Amino acid sequence: MALLEVSDLTVVFRRRGEAPFTAVDGVSFAVEPGQTVGLVGESGCGKSVTSLAIMGLLPRRGATVMGSVRFEGTELLSLSPRQMRDRRGRDLGMVFQDPLSSLNPVVSIGLQVTEVLERHRGMPRRQAMVEAADLLDKVGIPDPRRRLDEYPHQLSGGMRQRALIAMALACRPRLLIADEPTTALDVTIQAQILALLAELVRDTGTALIMITHDLGVVAGLCDEVNVLYAGRVVERAERHELFRRPRHPYTHGLLASIPRLDAPRGERLVPIQGSVADNIPWDHGCAFAPRCPRALEACVEITPHMGEEGGRLLRCHNPVQENQEVPA
Amino acid sequence: MTSGVDSTTQKSTSDSDVLVAVDGLAVHFPIRRGIVLDRTVGHVYAVDGVDLDIRRGETYGLVGESGCGKSTLGRAMLRLVEPTGGRVVFDGVDLSTLRGESLRRMRRRMQMVFQDPLSSLDPRQSVESILVEGLRAHGLDQGRETTGRRLRELLTSVGLPTTALRKYPHEFSGGQRQRIGIARALTVEPDLVVADEPVSALDVSVQAQVINLLADLQRELGLTYLVIAHDLAVVRHISDRVGVMYLGGIVEEAGSNELYAQPLHPYTRALLSAVPVPDPLLEDRRERILLTGDLPSPAAPPSGCRFHTRCPWRQPERCDTERPALREVAGGHRVACHWAEEIRDGRIQPHEVRPELVEEDGLLSPDTALTGPASVTEVLGP
Ligand SMILES: Nc1ncnc2c1ncn2[C@@H]1O[C@H](COP(=O)(O)OP(=O)(O)OP(=O)(O)O)[C@@H](O)[C@H]1O
Ligand SMILES: Nc1ncnc2c1ncn2[C@@H]1O[C@H](COP(=O)(O)OP(=O)(O)OP(=O)(O)O)[C@@H](O)[C@H]1O
Ligand code: SF4
Ligand SMILES: [Mg+2]
Ligand SMILES: [Mg+2]
Repeated sequence: MALLEVSDLTVVFRRRGEAPFTAVDGVSFAVEPGQTVGLVGESGCGKSVTSLAIMGLLPRRGATVMGSVRFEGTELLSLSPRQMRDRRGRDLGMVFQDPLSSLNPVVSIGLQVTEVLERHRGMPRRQAMVEAADLLDKVGIPDPRRRLDEYPHQLSGGMRQRALIAMALACRPRLLIADEPTTALDVTIQAQILALLAELVRDTGTALIMITHDLGVVAGLCDEVNVLYAGRVVERAERHELFRRPRHPYTHGLLASIPRLDAPRGERLVPIQGSVADNIPWDHGCAFAPRCPRALEACVEITPHMGEEGGRLLRCHNPVQENQEVPA
Repeated sequence: MTSGVDSTTQKSTSDSDVLVAVDGLAVHFPIRRGIVLDRTVGHVYAVDGVDLDIRRGETYGLVGESGCGKSTLGRAMLRLVEPTGGRVVFDGVDLSTLRGESLRRMRRRMQMVFQDPLSSLDPRQSVESILVEGLRAHGLDQGRETTGRRLRELLTSVGLPTTALRKYPHEFSGGQRQRIGIARALTVEPDLVVADEPVSALDVSVQAQVINLLADLQRELGLTYLVIAHDLAVVRHISDRVGVMYLGGIVEEAGSNELYAQPLHPYTRALLSAVPVPDPLLEDRRERILLTGDLPSPAAPPSGCRFHTRCPWRQPERCDTERPALREVAGGHRVACHWAEEIRDGRIQPHEVRPELVEEDGLLSPDTALTGPASVTEVLGP
């Protein structure tokens, strides 16, 4: 049994005066202990909504969540808000893109970490303080004892993100969801944070869901990668497989369109035409069809189903063939 | 900072090849305190002694981390922010000597493209009026018919339908809005386009469209570009030469292939090694140079070499006392490091660095919004 099993997760937003909007549309994946699973895709494809749904953090009004999210066999979607809060303190941790908005600005870093330790691990204050300093040290914050008394705005962006990771680690979660944890940071700081996350997974066996739009981050960190497009997974594969032979035209197109640090310069990029605004709804065919260079007539009529091919999952009527390499 | 003598002997190109020559440029922003902000308690050394030349028809890429002064340098080059030292010579004319009408005429030749196309385009103006505005500001509106033809040509050249003229910015996707931003810059037929993070607000799948467009326009119109970006892969792709900035100064400059093949400055090495590449095999084998600690505050830059507090190659001598000049180490390859040759030849090796505390004083949040005009037209405004 997997640690986390997400099946057919669907999130529909309803707003007055507007048609219901399906942000996540039948997403399924599983995560094993010690495994890192990536969710990649462009802005608006449903990455954050997926993670919020797993954590039970979507607003109860206006958002309808369907499908199933099982953590060690327990259905999280049917837990009460109170039970869910307990879970979040005990088994599930989350790190967001913008650390400033997820830290309390008027409470010192030390108090924020010790509070988690007292509440969820029942530690007495004094012991919690020692443990908090330990945690800050572990995530690479210099002079941790002094930092305990400081407030979020006194820390740099990179240090805040570390503090947030320390808080997420305080309850020793078995699953950590990191939603674009490095997008707001500079590359040298990003490298530090990614190294920290990788070390954590290796040393503690924590399972990690890594959400990002950066294919480079995924290539280095994730065991398995899910590529999302317009609320659905369109391709899933082991990372070496995915990057060696991207089969979905969207994955293939993404890889051909990004400039690479290791490619000779001057080569022309092959962009994906149009933008996500051109999507068609999934129930009328393939959402990517209007932008897809391989689209067939069937693509705008029949919704492609997820099929398995040689250990990978693919949702496409006309996938890129095995012998077609990514244009270097 | 190189002395005047040094910089002339280092220039290998003749002056007529150079469109913009930047010489010892500095922009120090005062930090004010007190209720009426009347006391200057220090300075942000946003740009602090930059020398560089941009040649006609080339793309010069400027990279570096947030807050290192890239945008300020770009703006100071166009005098959208007033330099506090040094000079910018545009096509042989020292910009600091220009006033009023002559400055306005010169400004037509330098245009800017911004990161966030939505916030740099006035939402209440139609695309047509956005484009005509620039023409008017420079007295280039030649009547309905001629101008109309010119605008339609322009839209076609940036890959938008001519029907776009009557629409408003919010009716377009991010990539299309960036095309409008580019068209606006091109209305006045500039020689130099400064593009500040032109693709970083765009979706990955759309970035390539804009990158290719910039390349096409350069070929067709013979434009000179200064492209500012924090994405090193993007910069490598579009630039002929690249300058790497750290805390207000250029620490390394070379042809883009050369820079990526043989980075010599320790900061450039760390920066390049930190960029993730979409290739698992390469990622598995890669050795990263992980820098410890944070970027020091530009209000209190370290003594000597500004990178010495984080540098894995730092030596006990000179690094913390003497600011290294940007000097030519190989043909066209300039480095501001006392030990560039030793590092290149492997005579000194990297070592561990203890992270130093960087105090955020709350004054200089890294998110401080840029104040100042957002566009040339705004400067010229009514
Ligand atoms: N509370 C909400 N109410 C209505 N719509 C929402 C809500 N939250 C998200 N959405 C919509 O759901 C879609 C998916 O959003 P989501 O935040 O998951 O995207 P994402 O993949 O995380 O994108 P990004 O890379 O920009 O973070 C978007 O179209 C968004 O506008
Ligand atoms: N008008 C201003 N007044 C005071 N300080 C400023 C002003 N503009 C910029 N700064 C400061 O100058 C430094 C350099 O800023 P600049 O915007 O040039 O950096 P940048 O390299 O473009 O960063 P980014 O990659 O985040 O855009 C920063 O510390 C910034 O806070
Ligand atoms: S001068 Fe010294 S501190 Fe600066 S980059 Fe070179 S070795 Fe490092
Ligand atoms: Mg998101
Ligand atoms: Mg900037």
